[in-house]
Amino acid sequence: MGMFLVRRLANYVVLVFLATTFAYLLAATTLDPRANFEQMQPPPSPESVDARLYQLNLNDKTPLAERYTTWVTGVATGDFGQTIQGKPVNTEIARKAGVTLRLIIAGTIIGCTTGVAIGAYSAVRQYRKFDKTATAAAFFVLAVPTVVIAVTLQVAAASINQATGVQIFQYGGEYTSGLDAGFWGTLGNRLQHMVLPTLTLAIALFAAFSRYQRNMMLDVLGSDFVRTAMAKGLTRRAALFKHALRTALIPTVTYFTFTFGILLAGTTFTEKVYGWNGMGAWVVDSIFTNDVHAVAAVSCFMAVCVMAASFFSDILYAWLDPRVRVG
Amino acid sequence: MSMSAERVALETSTGHEGGSDETRVPGRWSGVLSQMLRTRRVVVGLVILALMAAAAWLGPLISPWEFGERDFSSFLKPPSPEHWLGTDNTGRDIFTITMSGLQKSLIIGLLVAVITTTFAAVVGAFAGYFTGVSDRALMWITDLALVLPSFLILAILSPVLRTSGWLVFVLLLAAFGWMVTAKMIRGMTISLKEREYVHAARFMGVPAWKIIFRHIIPNMSSLLIVDATINVSSAIIAETALSYFGFGVQPPDVTLGSLIAVGARQAVTHPWTFVFCTGLLVLLVLAVNMIGDGLRDALDPQSKSRRA
Repeated sequence: MGMFLVRRLANYVVLVFLATTFAYLLAATTLDPRANFEQMQPPPSPESVDARLYQLNLNDKTPLAERYTTWVTGVATGDFGQTIQGKPVNTEIARKAGVTLRLIIAGTIIGCTTGVAIGAYSAVRQYRKFDKTATAAAFFVLAVPTVVIAVTLQVAAASINQATGVQIFQYGGEYTSGLDAGFWGTLGNRLQHMVLPTLTLAIALFAAFSRYQRNMMLDVLGSDFVRTAMAKGLTRRAALFKHALRTALIPTVTYFTFTFGILLAGTTFTEKVYGWNGMGAWVVDSIFTNDVHAVAAVSCFMAVCVMAASFFSDILYAWLDPRVRVG
Repeated sequence: MSMSAERVALETSTGHEGGSDETRVPGRWSGVLSQMLRTRRVVVGLVILALMAAAAWLGPLISPWEFGERDFSSFLKPPSPEHWLGTDNTGRDIFTITMSGLQKSLIIGLLVAVITTTFAAVVGAFAGYFTGVSDRALMWITDLALVLPSFLILAILSPVLRTSGWLVFVLLLAAFGWMVTAKMIRGMTISLKEREYVHAARFMGVPAWKIIFRHIIPNMSSLLIVDATINVSSAIIAETALSYFGFGVQPPDVTLGSLIAVGARQAVTHPWTFVFCTGLLVLLVLAVNMIGDGLRDALDPQSKSRRA
């Protein structure tokens, strides 16, 4: 099993490198940092624009290969270059990565576990009321883009706040700025702000996972080994949990890797709609400000996140499926 | 899955032939068609889709307002007899622009799905049939697409898009959406190429590309149809997502996505700019998903026991 994981990890590192390189080259060819400086008021002289662009390693007069080499040697030593405003990208990443990670981790855990639980349970209760309601809900949510979920939740929260007259839900920003309420007060305030964005991500994930898990579980429930497990006298609960659910989780774990990229895109909307200063909101802003290095850094971050998720699902896979461990 | 579909279909049709030589044997596709029409989800989905298509193309014709026309006497007015669904920030008639947006969204979804599925089928089948270098290249591209979300790539490419039309956008959406399907098709091709009829064709000296187009791809058609349907809805959702940030279709073209982007910002104060386009989008994706889901049942006998 150790070798299996090491091999996968090596593969992932190469992939992250390739992905980041690809993103850098794309960004460097399509984005136009020069336009940023030329639009300034009063317009700076062409020489000063050039000098500034050289300084930032963004000048399109240097060949792309040369710019890339300078950038990649920087990245190799852990320096992602400077943003277009001249600030180091590293400090920005440090500030924003935590915000996004908090959102992704909480959303994934809540969304996946409820999705898997509801999907598995509705497979057991096939065609009963619970199954029908859950299937209809998941089917409906799958047709709604994440943006719409986020905006609808925001509108609903605003009207609930208005109806009750108390600020139950917070839907702007990541925390109330200038709040002085001690440790618990600050923590409570942050949690209050987290509820809606996390819920947005979790709802989208729940729909995908519950449908997938239901189908997988139904496949397994009809198979011989579950019948044997029941027949040899195991309780229904033991047979369902130890034999059926465990087997049905294996394809879901693989599915998790596939959906993670979509989840990252969803994070972008959530951050943008709720005004969080995370990586997702940053990449949207940097594309508009022609910030090549920031875009490359966010791509690298997303690639690392996907890699971590796949690595995690490899571990889960190996734990669930003994054949991987032994073979 | 569809392999077993083929097998069952084959068994039933041979069974029919054995019983009555004279009567016409119902073919696979007519069987699928009747099965499909008996699945309520597919019929409901198709009816909704047809109604929406009709509304999208007839709506602008019956509306008293032209697409680019602006009513300078009413900005952001709620629905009234004059403007059926109200007006937006620049005095455009919401009904007219929503219908044009629906039209474009439908075209984009269908075009992207057709291009994606065709391309994925060809690439996946070739990679699975020949294995070797082409196979390894496909695997790398798929893995890379997994690591780098296509949303991000399309967003980075958006400055190029700003100057070119929406057809380029369609091509880009398709260019970054085929990988997962191709991987699935590769897996199926690997098992299909060991079947007797493929061997027979090969030993008779049929060239490889002919085997792929005559024998392998037609034998995966049920999977491809279901997949094309899924691709329609994912293309529409992807388009909405990109247009929300202004990375998608550029004005003066409108799609449901770009309308939602405008409406979302004023959803609380002026709900009519948000509700109608969003409702139509959800209904559209829901209808397409219903068709896809029902088709899967009609084409795959294994799942029939599951849903009935």
